[in-house]
Amino acid sequence: MTMKVLVPVKRVVDYNVKVRVAADGSGVETQGVKMSMNPFDEIAVEEAVRLREKGAAKEVVVVTVGAQAAQDVLRTAMAMGADRAILVRTDDTLEPRAVANVLKAIATREEAGLICMGKQAIDDDMNATGQILAAKLGWPQGTFASAVTVADGRIEVAREIDGGTEVVSLTLPAVVTADLRLNEPRYASLPNIMKARKKPLETVEIDSLGVDTASRLTVVSVAEPAERKEGVKVNSAAELVEKLKTEAKVI
Amino acid sequence: MTALVLVEVENGAVRQASRSAVAAASRFGAVDAIVFGDGAQAAAALPGVTRVLSVPGLVNDLAEPAADLLAARAKDYSHIVAAASATGKNILPRLAGLLDVQPIPDVVEIKDVDTFVRPIYAGNALATVRSADSIKVLTVRGSNFDPVAAEGGSATVETIEAPASEKSVFVKVELSASDRPELESARVVISGGKGLKDAANFKLLEPIADKLNAAIGASRAAVDSGFAPNEMQVGQTGKIVAPELYIAVGLSGAIQHLAGMKDSRVIVAINTDPEAPIFKVADYGIVGDLFEVLPTLEKAL
Repeated sequence: MTMKVLVPVKRVVDYNVKVRVAADGSGVETQGVKMSMNPFDEIAVEEAVRLREKGAAKEVVVVTVGAQAAQDVLRTAMAMGADRAILVRTDDTLEPRAVANVLKAIATREEAGLICMGKQAIDDDMNATGQILAAKLGWPQGTFASAVTVADGRIEVAREIDGGTEVVSLTLPAVVTADLRLNEPRYASLPNIMKARKKPLETVEIDSLGVDTASRLTVVSVAEPAERKEGVKVNSAAELVEKLKTEAKVI
Repeated sequence: MTALVLVEVENGAVRQASRSAVAAASRFGAVDAIVFGDGAQAAAALPGVTRVLSVPGLVNDLAEPAADLLAARAKDYSHIVAAASATGKNILPRLAGLLDVQPIPDVVEIKDVDTFVRPIYAGNALATVRSADSIKVLTVRGSNFDPVAAEGGSATVETIEAPASEKSVFVKVELSASDRPELESARVVISGGKGLKDAANFKLLEPIADKLNAAIGASRAAVDSGFAPNEMQVGQTGKIVAPELYIAVGLSGAIQHLAGMKDSRVIVAINTDPEAPIFKVADYGIVGDLFEVLPTLEKAL
């Protein structure tokens, strides 16, 4: 198998951090906050590495679009087993449409046979880049994947849908977006972290790609959601039912 | 201005989330609906819908032909709207890609025809965004828009051919059979977490769900541990629910779970740990062993 798997990853505020809205309402505080690889992207990296380990793929290339600091998630991906990395450097925050334009250019240059990426980034929660990218490439898509099998030039994807699970069969090349149950990502071992430092990391200036990275959305404001008031503790199920009936009037 | 709403029909009835999407789209002007597979008649009965585009030949909601078809019709519309369901989230961003516009997912409030509020960071912040695209492609959260009624309208129906899908082929679907109400539209939801300890114990929720006609949900931890299937997951990346009453049993209340249920009207938490974050959002809490509390709750109802 000669297939090259491209795995786009994103550096985001770590999922354990409780974010704070910036005082001026322009966004959330990211200064001095712990950053990590988007958890769904870790799952995508893991799946790509497994495909290579099974012999279904030849090479795993990770790519991110972001500032110089985003190199750290590329190193993490390489410590997990990706072969090499591309940093498309920009200091701007790009929307999914713009990121898809960048990724399309990279996928074309790399002649990727499969793009495997997280279904959603946990910062903007857009859940859109994979689908937009698939449309722009004219490739089929297997979103919210919980299992994938590559065979005979096709990929079969089990997808998590509202009522259960659906299976689709796609021609390759294709875009697959990873859901939570696709796999459990491995931890990068210390020796592998050391090895990853020597793996190739190419930096591409975003302007050199000549793609449209303009924003179509203007952020008017970012605000805290209304806080819920902490309620009361009750001592028994009977007291609870009584309150639900007479106080909350909900049953 | 006219909006086109992707309406999902299940077992002959329009899904509640789609009826909410029609209600949201009515804010922009006239509303047309598009239905993939059977069900055009159910969509034609929705109040406020003028015309239904029926695509009976597109039965499995495959994103590729669905997005192609929507893109071919898009120039007639100012807004293309769907519920923020698995189907909406699969098809609409692909459509946005074909149209080269930036989609606006998970809208919880419409400020005006081009300004929308959507949660980011698992609902820990609300972003108000203004779109500069000529066609707005958005998915809306059903729990934030009161649905239109299921009956009362009389739209015209236009049948259109389904485009072929060669690159993507439907293989099979496995739906979990349940007589209970859908999670997203149930008046009462009872959810279990890791505190239930195993899959068999999830059955302890059933008699209470029966008495309250409730849907049963699960935390991500419970799903990841194999206690419950993925379609039961409530949270940021699972189902977003906002029932009248939400009962959280043996779940701690991780941020991503709260993101899926904190807009419920009344929240009840049952947990052994008095410091569990779920109590911070609960209206009523019982600190105690769920294995003792659940049977007494069942009796008290």
